[in-house]
Amino acid sequence: MKFVKDIKADDTLDLVCRMCPLHLLEPGEKLACMKEGQVLEILTDYDGALEDIPSWCDKCGQEFIGIEEDEDCYKLYIRKKKGNGDGKESVSG
Amino acid sequence: MERKVYLDNAAATPVRKEVIEEMMPYFDREFGNPSTVYDLGSRVKAVIDEQRAKVAELIGARPEEIIFTSGGTEANNLAVKGIAFAHRKKGNHIIVSAIEHHSVLNSARFFERLDYEVTFLQADEYGLVDPNRLKELIRPETILVSITHASNEIGTIEPLAEIAEVCKENNVFFHTDAVATVGNVPVNVKELGVDLLSLSGIPLRAPKGTGALYFRKGLRLMPLMHGGIQESGRRGGTENVPGIVGLGKAAELAKAEIPAKVSHVKALRDKLVNGVLEKIEAVKYTGHPENRLSGHASFCVQAIEGEALVFMLSSHGIYANTGSACASKALKTSPVLVAIGVPAELAQGSIVFTLDINNTEEDIDYVLEKLPPVVDRLRAMSPLWGKAKPQAA
Repeated sequence: MKFVKDIKADDTLDLVCRMCPLHLLEPGEKLACMKEGQVLEILTDYDGALEDIPSWCDKCGQEFIGIEEDEDCYKLYIRKKKGNGDGKESVSG
Repeated sequence: MERKVYLDNAAATPVRKEVIEEMMPYFDREFGNPSTVYDLGSRVKAVIDEQRAKVAELIGARPEEIIFTSGGTEANNLAVKGIAFAHRKKGNHIIVSAIEHHSVLNSARFFERLDYEVTFLQADEYGLVDPNRLKELIRPETILVSITHASNEIGTIEPLAEIAEVCKENNVFFHTDAVATVGNVPVNVKELGVDLLSLSGIPLRAPKGTGALYFRKGLRLMPLMHGGIQESGRRGGTENVPGIVGLGKAAELAKAEIPAKVSHVKALRDKLVNGVLEKIEAVKYTGHPENRLSGHASFCVQAIEGEALVFMLSSHGIYANTGSACASKALKTSPVLVAIGVPAELAQGSIVFTLDINNTEEDIDYVLEKLPPVVDRLRAMSPLWGKAKPQAA
């Protein structure tokens, strides 16, 4: 687990109080609206997200930056690499 | 054949024909589970989101701020419990008014069994909550204030915008139970300044067992029903698709019709109130005389039991309500009437008439013809009548 501090995010997704599988569905939707290179911050109190999100990033070709422990939740950071956020390339035209 | 006059529209309403027609395909042809990935389900999911937009439009919200529920009670439970559980680290104090529906009062009382404190804010003799008194009761550990938009029992419309201002200044979440108002008066969540608002399908003439909770975007809310991905993980369980379609259609139709409904039922209500107060002695008109729901008339009739009155009126084809399950089923004094200072003995004689667009002037004439002799008959049997005559008027 990679711990980070003071990461500047371009957008935040608050998933506190929500559980599996929302932490694996909503990041993709959010990233689809972001530009390549931008950073998404995910707030969650669901422990399962600590393993699930890095592995979801691997599968979907997104960069997992790391995690910061806050007072009442975890903050997980993802940098958008490419595509629609779910690993699929965007199709234009 | 004897006339039927239905004046209990706060309890139940007949579902509109257009609403039933809209719902029908979702019982058989469009039966797919909205969570499935194939077309049978994804089509239905898209329809649910269309209904979400219609309900949001009715109250000036965004579609993503609407959670469909099984009615007003679930919406109230989700608001009170959802906020109290999600924000426990911030504080453990909840304020609710003493004239709330049981779904708010009992949700708050549930937290007294945990490590929370609850303050019950009193209302004045007209049922109005004082925003200044609320201000005095808010503490650093207060997380939620829940005040009804209007009580179905006494009809008084609360000064929500002022209350919302107090909550905002003190960084406290503000929920309102608007089950009695959405569909009966124009409601806009942004103008009211509320963080959460409960509504029911009943006043909209949608099916029973439908409703929704508005929650301001960005608000953390602990789900009551843990399950799948429905309602963005905030309310698990396969959706009541026909009910949601019915609620959406009813909301869409209501948006344009509310102003006409308000003026129609207000004229009838005024006729009913004036007639009752003129024809029957020792009757108290409860709630606020002006700031109240336009189709709502509530009285306490001296020296009789409201339940007996409701029962006898029904034998004449007139359907009304005592206004409170405490009075009608548990033979206990209504907490709402006690909270506004109605003496317990007088509160027993509570009767509530709630009107809808289908009611006519002839309906009111019929009630004014049948009600006085029914009251006389009950009083003739009452050991209290005679002793108490001067108190109510």
